[in-house]
Amino acid sequence: MTDEVRVYVEEAPSQRREVVAPTDMALSLMEVLKASGYDIQATCGGMALCGTCHVEVLAGPALDEPSDDELAMLESLPVMTQGSRLSCQIRINNRLDGLVVRLMPQNT
Amino acid sequence: MTNSISTDICIIGAGPVGLFAVFEAGLLKLRCHVVDALPQVGGQLSEIYPKKPIYDIPGFPDILAGDLVQNLMRQIEPFHPTFTLGERVERLAKLEDGSFQLFTTDGTEIFCKAIAIAGGLGSFEPRKPAVESLENYEGGRGVYYMVRDPETFRDRRIVIAGGGDSALDWTIFLADVAKEVTLVHRGTTFRGAADSAEKVQKLHEAGRARLVLSSNVTHVHGQDGLEAVTITANDGTTETLHVDAFIPLFGLTPKLGPIGEWGLELEDDAVKVNTLDYSTSVPGIFAIGDINTYPGKLKLILCGFHEAALMAQGAYKYMFPDKRYVLKYTTVNGVPTL
Ligand SMILES: Cc1cc2nc3c(=O)[nH]c(=O)nc-3n(C[C@H](O)[C@H](O)[C@H](O)COP(=O)(O)OP(=O)(O)OC[C@H]3O[C@@H](n4cnc5c(N)ncnc54)[C@H](O)[C@@H]3O)c2cc1C
Ligand code: FES
Repeated sequence: MTDEVRVYVEEAPSQRREVVAPTDMALSLMEVLKASGYDIQATCGGMALCGTCHVEVLAGPALDEPSDDELAMLESLPVMTQGSRLSCQIRINNRLDGLVVRLMPQNT
Repeated sequence: MTNSISTDICIIGAGPVGLFAVFEAGLLKLRCHVVDALPQVGGQLSEIYPKKPIYDIPGFPDILAGDLVQNLMRQIEPFHPTFTLGERVERLAKLEDGSFQLFTTDGTEIFCKAIAIAGGLGSFEPRKPAVESLENYEGGRGVYYMVRDPETFRDRRIVIAGGGDSALDWTIFLADVAKEVTLVHRGTTFRGAADSAEKVQKLHEAGRARLVLSSNVTHVHGQDGLEAVTITANDGTTETLHVDAFIPLFGLTPKLGPIGEWGLELEDDAVKVNTLDYSTSVPGIFAIGDINTYPGKLKLILCGFHEAALMAQGAYKYMFPDKRYVLKYTTVNGVPTL
């Protein structure tokens, strides 16, 4: 088992950037994306309170179901798709390898 | 008619740091006017986490964010600060005598001798749904992102969109005020307070408000002002409804906004300050709290409070360069009033 996974950020249609994330640091996807230079506000610091780390999961392995708090936040946003998630609520682990996400605009 | 206000210090931002700045300025007998883009005071504490306990306020082992805001309001009462809420400061001009004139989005003018920017993460702006031409109906022409004065909607036909607490709360409140209220929600369940969801369901059953679930408002129509909206259900069926107002309530998100355009020296969207007195690159303008940056900056309420105290001294010196101020403890003199 390796101690890193690869997730992909779709920056434009058919343009994906690979991001390597360590699995042994208990990071969230939000923290990894932020550290990779993506412009994510993450105002609440990862407490599912602000919605500014909203991403859409486009492909890859199945994730754990969102918690009630995450769903409540997502439902309050103007745009919510089938794949909507708060990246701060997704913990990086080995099962995430190959995940493809798209950042949602900050005001949606 | 433009509203014109004259004061000593104008504080931009009614977050915890802006509020405490009123206290510190008050101790120096300076009058304050506070402006905030939000309709309520408290900044992030009221908007993002009112029910969360905070553990690092000296003297309070724990305190709810909302309660801290209330306490700050009580603490500054003796200084009778004045407030302009629900308006964003858009522009500022430095006058010849070194004083300032500020302009808000709603045309309020504030004349002041010094400015303390306590703008935090910037002004909270509404999250807007992706509906084409929505912006054509903003500015009082039918689309409202917050309810400032419920009377605006008296005897009107309104559509509210959203699934959170504010969508539920305003549906309940406006059911008694408006002629017709329709709440459109994307999902089938509400995660807002359970009793509010129940109340809305009851209003729907009693025919006093209409609830449209699994649907979105997808189009807005009208010549000069809003005349109708189209609601599209998740199964693709559509319905066009004649309305006077559309109120999308999807929460707020912070944006630096106009502060970035005032010619102040910035670094990574924050205002650079001199830690001697938290002055910015423009004499007479100070920046405190989350909005500023300097080596070692910590975005904590506690640090913002400290900055407010030094800022007040700096502002005093800017206004009265010839007067000497001697620090007095509140324990010795009590809290002076204005
Ligand atoms: C979830 C969460 C938990 C936190 N927990 C803690 C904690 O435990 N302890 C701690 O010390 N800190 C905590 N913080 C950080 C703390 O909230 C901030 O440091 C604090 O709110 C900063 O206060 P402020 O007054 O500088 O700005 P803010 O609270 O951001 O207030 C700024 C205000 O300025 C207004 N504004 C901005 N621009 C304009 C304009 N142009 N015109 C009019 N109004 C404008 C905004 O609308 C806003 O209301 C937490 C933050 C979050 C998000
Ligand atoms: S960082 Fe605030 S919800 Fe994720």
